[in-house]
Amino acid sequence: MIYAALFYAIAGFTVISALGVALSTNVVYSAMALMGTLIGASGIYVFLAADFVAVVQLLVYVGGILVLTLFAIMLTHQIAEVQVSNRSVGRLPAFALVVLVGVAMGVAMFRAPWHVEPLGEATPTTYGIGDSFLNQYLLPFELASIVLLTALVGAIVLSRKELRG
Amino acid sequence: MSDPIEVGYLRWIILAPLIGATINGLFGTRIQKAAGKNAIAVIAVVPVLISFVLALVAFGQLLGLEPERRFLLDTLSQWIHIGHLNVDFAFWVDPLSAVMILVITGIGGLIHLYSVGYMHEEPSFWRYFAYLNLFMAAMLTLVLGDSLLVLFVGWEGVGLCSYALIGFWYKDLANATAGSKAFIVNRIGDFGFVVGMFALFWALDQTGQGTLVVREIAQRVHLLDGQTLWGIALPTFVTLMLFIGATGKSAQIPLYVWLPDAMAGPTPVSALIHAATMVTAGVYMIGRLSFLFTMAPVTLGVIATIGILTAFFAATIGVAQNDIKKVLAYSTVSQLGFMFVAMGVGAYSAGIFHLFTHAFFKACLFLGSGSVIHALHHEQDMRHMGGLRKYMPITFGTFFVSTLAIAGMPPFAGFFSKDEILWKAFTSPHGAGWIWALGTLTAGITAFYMFRQVFMVFFGDYRGAHAGHDTHHADAHGAHGGAHAVQQPHESPGLMTGPLIILALGAVLVGFLNVPGGLGGSHLFETWLAPVLEAGHEVAPAHEPHGAVAKLEHAAEETLQHAEHDPLEYLLMAVSVLVAMGGILLAWLMYVKKAIDPARFSEAWAGVPYRLVFEKYYVDEIYQAVFIRGTLGLSKALSAFDRVVIDGIVNGAATLTRLIAVADGAFDRIVVDGAVNLVGSVTMWIGARARQLQTGHIYSYLYAIVIGVVVIMFARLL
Amino acid sequence: MEIGLHHFLVVSLLVFLCGIFTVLTRRNAIGVLMGVELILNSANINYIAFSRYGGGGYDGQIFAMFVIMLAAAEAAIGLAIVLGIYRQFESIDVENIDTLRG
Repeated sequence: MIYAALFYAIAGFTVISALGVALSTNVVYSAMALMGTLIGASGIYVFLAADFVAVVQLLVYVGGILVLTLFAIMLTHQIAEVQVSNRSVGRLPAFALVVLVGVAMGVAMFRAPWHVEPLGEATPTTYGIGDSFLNQYLLPFELASIVLLTALVGAIVLSRKELRG
Repeated sequence: MSDPIEVGYLRWIILAPLIGATINGLFGTRIQKAAGKNAIAVIAVVPVLISFVLALVAFGQLLGLEPERRFLLDTLSQWIHIGHLNVDFAFWVDPLSAVMILVITGIGGLIHLYSVGYMHEEPSFWRYFAYLNLFMAAMLTLVLGDSLLVLFVGWEGVGLCSYALIGFWYKDLANATAGSKAFIVNRIGDFGFVVGMFALFWALDQTGQGTLVVREIAQRVHLLDGQTLWGIALPTFVTLMLFIGATGKSAQIPLYVWLPDAMAGPTPVSALIHAATMVTAGVYMIGRLSFLFTMAPVTLGVIATIGILTAFFAATIGVAQNDIKKVLAYSTVSQLGFMFVAMGVGAYSAGIFHLFTHAFFKACLFLGSGSVIHALHHEQDMRHMGGLRKYMPITFGTFFVSTLAIAGMPPFAGFFSKDEILWKAFTSPHGAGWIWALGTLTAGITAFYMFRQVFMVFFGDYRGAHAGHDTHHADAHGAHGGAHAVQQPHESPGLMTGPLIILALGAVLVGFLNVPGGLGGSHLFETWLAPVLEAGHEVAPAHEPHGAVAKLEHAAEETLQHAEHDPLEYLLMAVSVLVAMGGILLAWLMYVKKAIDPARFSEAWAGVPYRLVFEKYYVDEIYQAVFIRGTLGLSKALSAFDRVVIDGIVNGAATLTRLIAVADGAFDRIVVDGAVNLVGSVTMWIGARARQLQTGHIYSYLYAIVIGVVVIMFARLL
Repeated sequence: MEIGLHHFLVVSLLVFLCGIFTVLTRRNAIGVLMGVELILNSANINYIAFSRYGGGGYDGQIFAMFVIMLAAAEAAIGLAIVLGIYRQFESIDVENIDTLRG
């Protein structure tokens, strides 16, 4: 009972934050809402007995990506002047499309015969994930690290100022 | 006919003059320049003499044989051996051709000698003699050929030489035209000859016995019985066609028009070709094929009718002519008519005999006129002559004798031959009374105009241009009148008068070769020719025996018959002599005594008959208007057709092609290029539209992504 | 009702839809990137949910880990690009950045 209520609370928090990201006029407000979404998502992970992932989410997403986004927002100044999320693009077609997608996915979701098994014990996953990374998913793991390296180098290159005039 | 005797010398009769012609023809200019005209003359005359000698030899050889074996053959070489047609270059001598070659070579030789004197001032001396020799060779080929095809070679050859010699002085267009006229009119006749020859061969070949060798035709002529071509009995058809050829060559109606014009040639040419030899080729041909003509009574009737009409017709024209040679030309046509009358009534040997005598006196007359023309420096109008017997006695004498012969006065040659014809015309089953009557009348007219000629030329006063006829003319030429004063005509050199004398002697004597039995004669000539020709006036149908013995019997019968001297014959003889004397008397009265004024006749009935006769009945003009204009008109019409229609079609096709090309080009420009351009425009239009996808706006790309995903989702869903 | 798989799927769906909406409507380039983050997060929720409800195993969670890693890398690059754009155009309004047009 409490479980369900708690779930709905966290889920509601996440969705509302997402809405906030979508509909907010100020980009900083959107960023804050994004933070809320990310935290909410992390909470949902906990619900799903994915403890390690939830923590990683908080660390990386909120601590890294969000902060980075805020830095970018700050660096691209004129915050007050920029009319963020100007709906001149047209909310209505976007809304229609969104509805369409939603309907389709909803139908698919509820009709599809998902293979559901009874829940198991909620055990700590850290050991299991670590073991998988280094045994089963070693290659992707290594590739992912290369990707990160590349992204790092790329970001540095891209943000370098034109020194040569 | 029995087998021929093979000899090897007959070919030289033809080859000798041929070689002479070749030498003179190819090298004449050089020889004449190097060795003078005498050399040319020798090269020309000697071959003819050789031929004459050989002809005598052949004649002698024939005499030594029995009548039914008189037959010499000389085969020179093979010629055509195709299918059933076998023709060789072979020459044969039988009694008929023996007579002919003697005439040709003998009289021809005399004319050659005469020409040496007559043509002495001619620069193209060599050319004349080359042609003359060539003519001799061709004429001899005609007579000696043993097949119709070889005969035809000679036939064409004499036509060619006649053309060359008539137009000898070709620089004058009138002469060249006369030569062309002769050749073309001849050719028209030759067409008939060729058709006849072809029909004959074809008909004989129907039974596989086709041949053109005359003696073989004679043996197979019965095969023609019952055959017809286009509804006409075959012998009639063939003989009619052959006769057409004869009218062309021997100047009968309607193809005689070339003979008077042919007088444009040198006078010896007229003597040889148009008096003695070439024009007689037609008569000879009928004589040679007499067995064929006897099978076609219709043709014989036609021949006799045309012959007598021509004789009368030409005589009437001769009355009015003033050119000395034209008179003789028309008299030749007239006498040839008589020969054809003879052939037409079946009196073949009589016709050949007249040919024989005519050769002598006509040649003499022509050569005599040549002598006159030569002496008067090419004056030919008789009105400017007169009184020449004082200046040219020999010429006068021979001319007078020959004129008596042609007029048919006894005892000269013409009397015997012409009388024989008239007698046969009256008595023969093929003949008719009206033919005799018209013939006798023509004889009278002949006597008249011939003696008119004699009186105008040789009697009376000299009316020549140099004479004192125009008295004031002489006065006006006072001073230098003395220098070239009255150039008196003088007698011709011996080279010219010699032949005249010989020919005149012939005109006197040869008549006695065929004196009819009624006058105590022996009919030598007719007997000589009997084995060859169908006996006299008897109708000899095909199924009668052709044996030579039977022929001889016929001939013997003839002689006996005449020996019984039919009183009618005497009567007719007397009539013709009286008529002739009447003509001479009339001429004497008009032109010597001047008792009757010629103008009375020429102006009678407003001068219309005179004009008609003088203008030769306008025949030339009629021919010109009908045939020549007609042909020219037709050719112009066809040419116009070709130009307008055919060229029009061709040009039209060209224009059409050009139009198609233009249309094609337009199509290419508009449609094809348009299509290509259209593709380009469409591409650019699509590109312009597609370009609009590249908005540069990120959100539109994002939209696209989302929409794409939606589409995929929905596609899967469906 | 019992909290089942569908609940989590609905949550994920809603977040996904918001993410799409953000991507389509935001004029700010950074806003668009934020929408992309939302989408990625929704996918992550899905992964983890299936991992939990589809039997044992950590596959879903490992996938989610990878997604987080790659999201980080992508965010870094993306923001670097945005900074570059800002330097060039003096604005990060998506509407105005349209020089790469046809």
